[in-house]
Amino acid sequence: MTQQRQRDTATAPQTVERLRAPAWRHRHILDLDNLSREEVEVVLRTTDAMMEVLSREVKRVPTLRGKTVVTLFYEPSTRTRASFEMAAKNLSADVVSFAAAGSSVEKGESFIDTLRTLQALGADAIIIRHRESGAPYVAARHVEASIINAGDDWHAHPSQALLDMYTLRRHFGTVQGLKVVILGDILHSRVARSNIWGLTTMGAEVVLCGPPTLLPYPLLDGAGGPAMPHMPPVRFEAVIERALEGADVVMPLRLQLERQQSGLLPSIREYVQLYQLTEKRLGLAKEHAIVLHPGPVNEGIEVAPEVSRGARSAIEEQVSVGVAVRMALLFLVIGGGRG
Amino acid sequence: MKYKALLLKGGRIIDPGRNLDRTGDVLIVEGKVARVNDGEAHPPADCVIIDATGLIVCPGFIDLHCHLREPGFEHKETIASGTRAAARGGYTTVCCMPNTNPPLDTRSAIDFVLRKSTAEGVVRVLPIGCITRGRKGQELAEMGELASAGVVGFSDDGDPVASSRIMRHALQYSLAFGLPLIAHCEDKTLTEGGCINDGWVANRLGLRGMPAAAEVNMVARDIALAQFIGARLHIAHVSTAGAMELIRRAKEKGVRVTAEATPHHLTLTEERVMGTRWGMGGGLPPEPGPLPSDAYDTDAKVNPPLRTTEDRKALLEGLRDGTIDAIATDHAPHAWEDKACEFGPAAFGVSGLDTALGALLGLVPRGELGITTLISRLTLDPARVLGPRFSGLGTLLEGSVGDVTVFDPEAEWVVTEDSLASRGKNTPFKGAALRGKAMATIVAGNIVYLDERLKPEGSR
Amino acid sequence: MAEKVIMGDEDIRRALVRVAHEIVERNRGAGSLVLIGMHTRGVPLAQRLAAIIEGFEKVSVPVGILDIGLYRDDLSTMDLKPAIRRTEVPVDVTNRRVVLVDDVLYTGRSIRAAMDAIFDLGRPEKIQLAVLVDRGHRELPIRADYAGKNIPTSRVEEVQVRVKELDGQDEVCLVSPSAVEKGQ
Repeated sequence: MTQQRQRDTATAPQTVERLRAPAWRHRHILDLDNLSREEVEVVLRTTDAMMEVLSREVKRVPTLRGKTVVTLFYEPSTRTRASFEMAAKNLSADVVSFAAAGSSVEKGESFIDTLRTLQALGADAIIIRHRESGAPYVAARHVEASIINAGDDWHAHPSQALLDMYTLRRHFGTVQGLKVVILGDILHSRVARSNIWGLTTMGAEVVLCGPPTLLPYPLLDGAGGPAMPHMPPVRFEAVIERALEGADVVMPLRLQLERQQSGLLPSIREYVQLYQLTEKRLGLAKEHAIVLHPGPVNEGIEVAPEVSRGARSAIEEQVSVGVAVRMALLFLVIGGGRG
Repeated sequence: MKYKALLLKGGRIIDPGRNLDRTGDVLIVEGKVARVNDGEAHPPADCVIIDATGLIVCPGFIDLHCHLREPGFEHKETIASGTRAAARGGYTTVCCMPNTNPPLDTRSAIDFVLRKSTAEGVVRVLPIGCITRGRKGQELAEMGELASAGVVGFSDDGDPVASSRIMRHALQYSLAFGLPLIAHCEDKTLTEGGCINDGWVANRLGLRGMPAAAEVNMVARDIALAQFIGARLHIAHVSTAGAMELIRRAKEKGVRVTAEATPHHLTLTEERVMGTRWGMGGGLPPEPGPLPSDAYDTDAKVNPPLRTTEDRKALLEGLRDGTIDAIATDHAPHAWEDKACEFGPAAFGVSGLDTALGALLGLVPRGELGITTLISRLTLDPARVLGPRFSGLGTLLEGSVGDVTVFDPEAEWVVTEDSLASRGKNTPFKGAALRGKAMATIVAGNIVYLDERLKPEGSR
Repeated sequence: MAEKVIMGDEDIRRALVRVAHEIVERNRGAGSLVLIGMHTRGVPLAQRLAAIIEGFEKVSVPVGILDIGLYRDDLSTMDLKPAIRRTEVPVDVTNRRVVLVDDVLYTGRSIRAAMDAIFDLGRPEKIQLAVLVDRGHRELPIRADYAGKNIPTSRVEEVQVRVKELDGQDEVCLVSPSAVEKGQ
């Protein structure tokens, strides 16, 4: 028999659906410094759903049908660009690639003019890799499209940091409490910076280690101030063996050979002796520790080949996960109308 | 507006040269200061009167360092527009730098500037000649010819004289002309590729930095050379505490060195690049947090870069104790497209003539600078740097040139593109509310700028 | 707002038992079936149906989870973007009979999206639809093969289904407005 009751719905439980669907309020993905823990969780959970799509035979869903995604790459990059383009195509978006070389940019078209042209052509999202830090912020100020930062010089590479964290979650179940060691050329690394933001937001401990000339200048301030003002707290270790003790995750950064040429290092040989991630050094980390690398790997320089190809390397996994993470970002940022 | 006689009535007269600070009248007749007294009982016939009640009346401001961009870069500024900006800012004399195209290293180039200034400029323009030919840093420019053409000093500003040997020769050769060498102190091997102070903001933004040492190195070098040679050295746009210390000690030892600092270095710090949140005074505690959407603000990109809070405090101390002789704007206007781009390739420079007074007056209520000192550093002291030839400037002594500035220290205005007379709208004060504004600027008895709220009356 | 309970826990239980029997009867056995529950509340309902079927038919029917977030046509009209969860279907749907399970059938758009999703997973022999409540107001030519209850509603009313697994109790309520919340 049906019961009839009058109830004050202010105390009635809200539908679970509403509670679990936070409004995604970010039009752009410029860096991880403005994502809360909950928001990172939303990205990672959305990535779970995208991983399932990638496990199908036909890796396609109609979510972004009718949307136009433009990749605007001022620096060459096969893997990141391909990853973003595949992500967009898997979501049924129309993809346009714009490489600076051989384009009107070479003829002197300014960055803002290029952006405005892309806007006029109907771009919903513009994925930018640029050799100037801050270029995505300039872009966000000048066009309506959503801007996704695919790497701006030394400053940030948010999608890389997110896919790194997703990889860690797959291995450890959570990022919370992990000791993550980032090795090498921190100064010039956008991957290091975005990872510092993302990992600390998710409760990991970050340790940095590298030659002094490749570290951010404020880090060398022995005055006892924060290691890097205006950035989350991180620890710095001068000696690699001490840095690696008890690490759960080791991330050697790519050493560009120009660093030696511009006088920052005496020789690659010495860098290898002092900072290369060898099997022996990796042995100081925890037994279950894994190795991440943003790629491409300079085998034999920042990491020994036995390590980058070894059982503890998650480098290939990072690449496959990367497409799913980028699908999640595209969905959140331009899926449907503006929130 | 040319008047035979002009009376500025009832203002607070501040004349630092005579330690004068009292309410009264200033009478200017035939382009010269005739009388300064408590109340002008007998103004001449046809005297035009401006009611300066509640306003400050002082000598006209002198800018030792600005870029008028003409010839060669008229899309950024012209002598006409730049001097209008000067007038709007209360400046009656500006010294223009020679990094034009062609550079001011020949008599004909100087003549061009002087002719244009007379024809189209609204304030007094004093040209500065190059130190080296073409500003290339390799051969001396013909300083003798430039001196006779009327330059007030020599500078390769925009660039340092990289070779110490050439700088030594330049200092030594300049002895013949009694004119200062104005040094842009920057060790380019340290600043190469940099676009911001080398500090924590550079790290946060991922930008290449320009360390303070690059300025301190060259200041040390140039002071050592000047001391050795005995020549007159003027350090342009000092920005670091390190340079301040060197200049202070050099002066104590009797070296003939003078120095200037810009309004933006005196009021802003490196955080300003991170956005307008970090405005006047800056120096908020560096708590971790997201970058605001207006980060990478090219309006705050300048060379030498905005520095740290410690540097700014040192500059203010130097300004107060006279280690810094003069405030100079280093007015560097740019066209929109030169700044509307990524931070790295954006042009360096702040368009400062329109906003200097408003920005600097912000220091007074904060207790960082007294009003009389401020006026002195804008008038009397720059005139001293220029030398005895210009002793008639920067003063309200009877008989001196009738260059007078009348300003309202309380007038509030918001900096918008329209409010700037300069063609260059590149100012880190854009959108800010400033307190303090020139109301009337008078050059040799002529009103070259008048705020619409002031209406001159015919004599009664 | 006023809430009226339309189905209590016993009503729901009996409806599910009946629906389970209808499914097996119409499909002449449980052999090639796969039940796919739609996020969120279709999932526990599908699981219960499978348990009931196993109870009387002694056949274990596979149960899948479907999130249609990537297939919706109404994203642009929504204030909140739905949190997307993984779709997990443990068997290949090709040549199988899929029974989609959802709590409320309304405009039919979710079902359209669900069918698109299922076709991206394979080529089923048949797709049938089982819902706990059919509240009318279809906007597409879609019908329920199995319905626990038909409840005529007006457009401003809302049907709220609560299930023990997620909400702590089983009931179906009709919420009529005095102040109407904008539909999600």
